[in-house]
Amino acid sequence: MSMDSSGMIRAKSPRISELRRLIKVMCNRVVVVVGIGIIAFFILVAIFAPMLAAHDPLYTYLESILNPPSGIHPLGTDQVGRDVLSRLIYGTRISFLVGIFGVTIAGTLGMGLGLVAGYFGGWVNAIIMRCIDALLAIPPIVLMMAISAILGGGLFNVLIAIGFGMMPTYCRLMCAQVTVLKENDYILVLQTAGASSWRIMRHLFINAFPPLLVLITTNLGTAILMEAGLSFLGIGILPPTPSWGAMIYDGRRLLFSNPILSLAPGGAIMLIVLAFNIVGDGLRDALDPKLRGTL
Amino acid sequence: MVPILEVKNLRTQYKTESGLVKAVDGVSYYINEQEIVGVVGESGCGKSVTQLSVMRLINSPGEIVGGEILFEGQNLLQFKANGPEMRRIRGAKISMVFQEPMTSLNPVLTIGQQLIEILEVHLGMSRKNARQRVIEMLDLVGIPGASSRIDDYPHNFSGGMRQRVMIAMALLCNPKLIIADEPTTALDVTTQAQLFELMKSMVERFKSSLVIVTHNLGIVARYAHRIYIMYAGRIVEEGSCKEIFRNPRHPYTIGLLKSVPRLDDQEGKRLVPIEGMPPDLIQMPSTCAFLPRCSYSIEQCRVEPWPELRKVEGTKHYVRCYLKTEAWEQCRSHSATT
Repeated sequence: MSMDSSGMIRAKSPRISELRRLIKVMCNRVVVVVGIGIIAFFILVAIFAPMLAAHDPLYTYLESILNPPSGIHPLGTDQVGRDVLSRLIYGTRISFLVGIFGVTIAGTLGMGLGLVAGYFGGWVNAIIMRCIDALLAIPPIVLMMAISAILGGGLFNVLIAIGFGMMPTYCRLMCAQVTVLKENDYILVLQTAGASSWRIMRHLFINAFPPLLVLITTNLGTAILMEAGLSFLGIGILPPTPSWGAMIYDGRRLLFSNPILSLAPGGAIMLIVLAFNIVGDGLRDALDPKLRGTL
Repeated sequence: MVPILEVKNLRTQYKTESGLVKAVDGVSYYINEQEIVGVVGESGCGKSVTQLSVMRLINSPGEIVGGEILFEGQNLLQFKANGPEMRRIRGAKISMVFQEPMTSLNPVLTIGQQLIEILEVHLGMSRKNARQRVIEMLDLVGIPGASSRIDDYPHNFSGGMRQRVMIAMALLCNPKLIIADEPTTALDVTTQAQLFELMKSMVERFKSSLVIVTHNLGIVARYAHRIYIMYAGRIVEEGSCKEIFRNPRHPYTIGLLKSVPRLDDQEGKRLVPIEGMPPDLIQMPSTCAFLPRCSYSIEQCRVEPWPELRKVEGTKHYVRCYLKTEAWEQCRSHSATT
């Protein structure tokens, strides 16, 4: 509680209390907290990678190729003698880059188009949504393979491929939300108050955002998975940059003799995707007004 | 005196699959400066569409197909519906208060954010000044502790309080004309009275004109200077508040008055509903649209087309009916006995 200029006692700003409530509801569930913990752990690993990794992820120890786990190389070395743990740690950076920027590209493009389509309706909607339908008709992995095949590998091109692959979902969801929301009275009130289309769209966006936030959270995991998939297929991150997907690919021939080469990055992928999905679910439940307070 | 708003022969239509709906069909009215005008009619008679037409907020499939809307001497129909000229008028010179206070505010923004935005758009005020102005305005419309309530969300307010916020919002830019479209229909009776008193004192203070759109004759009786009665997309009667209540001349107005309870009614007196349904706006007869429900119709009504608004001799009263003075005197006395 604090005193304001008029001398009235008032509670903390409602906006902050709402955020607190959201965090509190989410933290009431142990799984969600574990999920957040896992994500936080990986973020820290990505940030402090140079300090955590004992070896240069690209350096080849020619004298110790395919070493089993040992004191010097906790997860052993790969076919060309690179330290697996260090590669795993640096791979976290790539994964988060792909996750964050892939979703940013997909979200910005998709939500922008969806907002425009939903707000203007009519032929604008028809054109945008038919294009999106066409994109949706192609399985995302095929679409991304096609884009990667045309543009070639590399981080930037992978981001574009993932962005386009995930964009249609954002567009559809946004368009559906806006189509419903724009019938609300407060939009008419905004119009009578002389707001421009741009301003009204901003209001619509704020109202349409919560369900999309859930999609963004779970998609962070999906994007990481997609990058791994593309790299596994050999059309993603170019070697020798350490990427989890590429590491699995490299280790696949030695799955029986040296399973750790594939299992370590595979486990990391599984863990991070699981964590994002759990947090996404938790967020969805916490934002659902019908479930408020019951969780 | 030059009216602040003059609507001439306005026609608004909706193209639907079953035909052309003539929602507003040749409506003419005017509003003087600092005047409170009531527009009364039952649901679907075109009163709201008329007001939205004035704001140029008719969306497809609706369309304004004819007429003139003169506001401060400018014909609003010459502007693009969503063009900058109209946007500068909406909210700044003409503003609206709507029926549903519960849904008229964006639920995810604080009322401060929403009201400050309007001042920023229209007056280009700095955020700090705008905030101060909004607090003053909220205080003026009777929101206790305005300086802290400004940061509350709409769901922190009751229905009546939200409507006060809406009134504050409408008054922010000191508009020339405020259109209140059934502003209290969703609220309880005591709150209604408070809000109308508030609106009345506010328009007097800010020297604005006010249009009250309602289906409740009781409300306009107390506050309006002049009244327009609408039926089936047209104005059927116009007159000063006193005239309309003392000497209603259109059988529809008489019917409306009979269907409203009065404090001085005898105990046990039944209210008389207007029998039948409003006409289908797609297939409008050329004769009087009220004819099928009218108990006082004469031969002329059935044969000749619906007359234009005609001035009643020696008064400022206009009516759209063939009945002669003797006839409506008779039908009013008839209504008094039933």
